[in-house]
Amino acid sequence: MAEIKVDCINETCPVPLVETRKALRKASKGDVIEVRGTHQASKKEIPMAVRSMGLELLGIEEKDGVWSIRIRK
Amino acid sequence: MNKKATLIVHSGDLDKVYSAFIIGLGALSMGMYVSMYFTFWGLERLKKGKLDSAPLSRMNMFGLGRWMIRRKTKRAGVASLDKMLKGFVGLGGKILACDMTMEIMGIKKENLRSDVINDYCGVGTYIKEAMESDITLFI
Repeated sequence: MAEIKVDCINETCPVPLVETRKALRKASKGDVIEVRGTHQASKKEIPMAVRSMGLELLGIEEKDGVWSIRIRK
Repeated sequence: MNKKATLIVHSGDLDKVYSAFIIGLGALSMGMYVSMYFTFWGLERLKKGKLDSAPLSRMNMFGLGRWMIRRKTKRAGVASLDKMLKGFVGLGGKILACDMTMEIMGIKKENLRSDVINDYCGVGTYIKEAMESDITLFI
């Protein structure tokens, strides 16, 4: 099982959401995807997308304005 | 089964085409199937090299408004239309061209971006897809 990192720091709508989806499409079942970014609306929207696709949200953290979301496919 | 969104892109204005692609990409990212039907002025944007050579729907001011918006989107780090189109196709979004518009406006297939267009079709295809859709928009 691989751990995939997606860097969306300083990217704005809709790039973080789209890059997350691209990474999820490429990943295999069981892989963990970690997305990091600064766009605040995406911090709420990426978990929404994760839930609507029925995937597992492992955690959300934020430090110094940079959030990090971990997802298991 | 995945949910589905169907968008008609009737407008060719830069701001409206931006809206269409942002919504289309957002829906794909949320795990939906998405089809975008380009018709009338929207289809002009699928001509080779014409994707972002469009005026604004309001306050265009002979191109000054457009120039200002472009500068601001660049500064805000918003992705270009070209990048959005590539992302849309890359995520499996479907692009459909209205064949009646092609006939009326005299647009030939060879003048269109056949590299991104999945099919050339009429209103029947749209209605069939719209019937199965959870979201449908006319932009």
